[in-house]
Amino acid sequence: MISLTDFLVVSALLFCTGLYMIVSKRNAIQILIGIELMLNAAILNLVAFGKYDRFNNGGQMFALFAIVLAAATTAVALAIILNVYRQYKTIDPGKIDQLKD
Amino acid sequence: MSLAQALFYLMSFIALASALFVAATKNLVRAIFIFFVTLLALAGLYVLALADFVAITQIVIYVGGILVLILFAFMLSGRETLNTLGRQSNKFISIHKLPALLLAGLFLIVLINMITAADANNLVWIKKAVQFKNDIQPNVATTENIGVNLMTQYLLPFEAISILLMIALIGAAHLSRKERGV
Repeated sequence: MISLTDFLVVSALLFCTGLYMIVSKRNAIQILIGIELMLNAAILNLVAFGKYDRFNNGGQMFALFAIVLAAATTAVALAIILNVYRQYKTIDPGKIDQLKD
Repeated sequence: MSLAQALFYLMSFIALASALFVAATKNLVRAIFIFFVTLLALAGLYVLALADFVAITQIVIYVGGILVLILFAFMLSGRETLNTLGRQSNKFISIHKLPALLLAGLFLIVLINMITAADANNLVWIKKAVQFKNDIQPNVATTENIGVNLMTQYLLPFEAISILLMIALIGAAHLSRKERGV
């Protein structure tokens, strides 16, 4: 059988890839993809532990909630990115440094 | 090595390799399409963790919804994003990326240390779950149980998340509407 530690190691690697993307990228969409990677690593952990909870389904249920939350977050974040692009003509987060236009 | 284990290693290799490619590539469109592969491989990993309903939800919501949204945002934000990307240097390891690489690597070391220290296979509640037959077996369908639990035990989070989805819908529509007259 697949052990829990294997799932945890894969999830840790995915999390660190997402962390690297968030810190190093200079494009808001790529940063968003990094956030999605980190969320997926967390969901993988929830699902892996949820295997040991057949009657209450705690892990799988909160994995479902996390997926829905990620969808809502992405919709709002993309609306914000489009607005920022309309305002500043760039989506580099390092260049968006003015409160007024 | 059993077939499930071989499939697990294959799926996790695909997921990790495509995630690294997404992190390394300069081409944003290519990154988005390779991210499809990462998400599908993760759905395969969920199936191997015996969570088939979560895997299907992952495919429907992530691949069907979120990635299409990201593609739309990329296409609507246009030429300027590509110019920004072109100016970045072409090597994976360059002097600007070094702090980020260092941060991710050190954090990975911390996480791996923690995982080996936690020793998840021998936790008390997991041993108890195996002892009392509370772990999911490969030959039972779990979707019915998930549906019943969703409508009884987890009804409050379910309703809360429906309100949150409503708020996100209104907020996104409000943010992306055209401004008039100002």
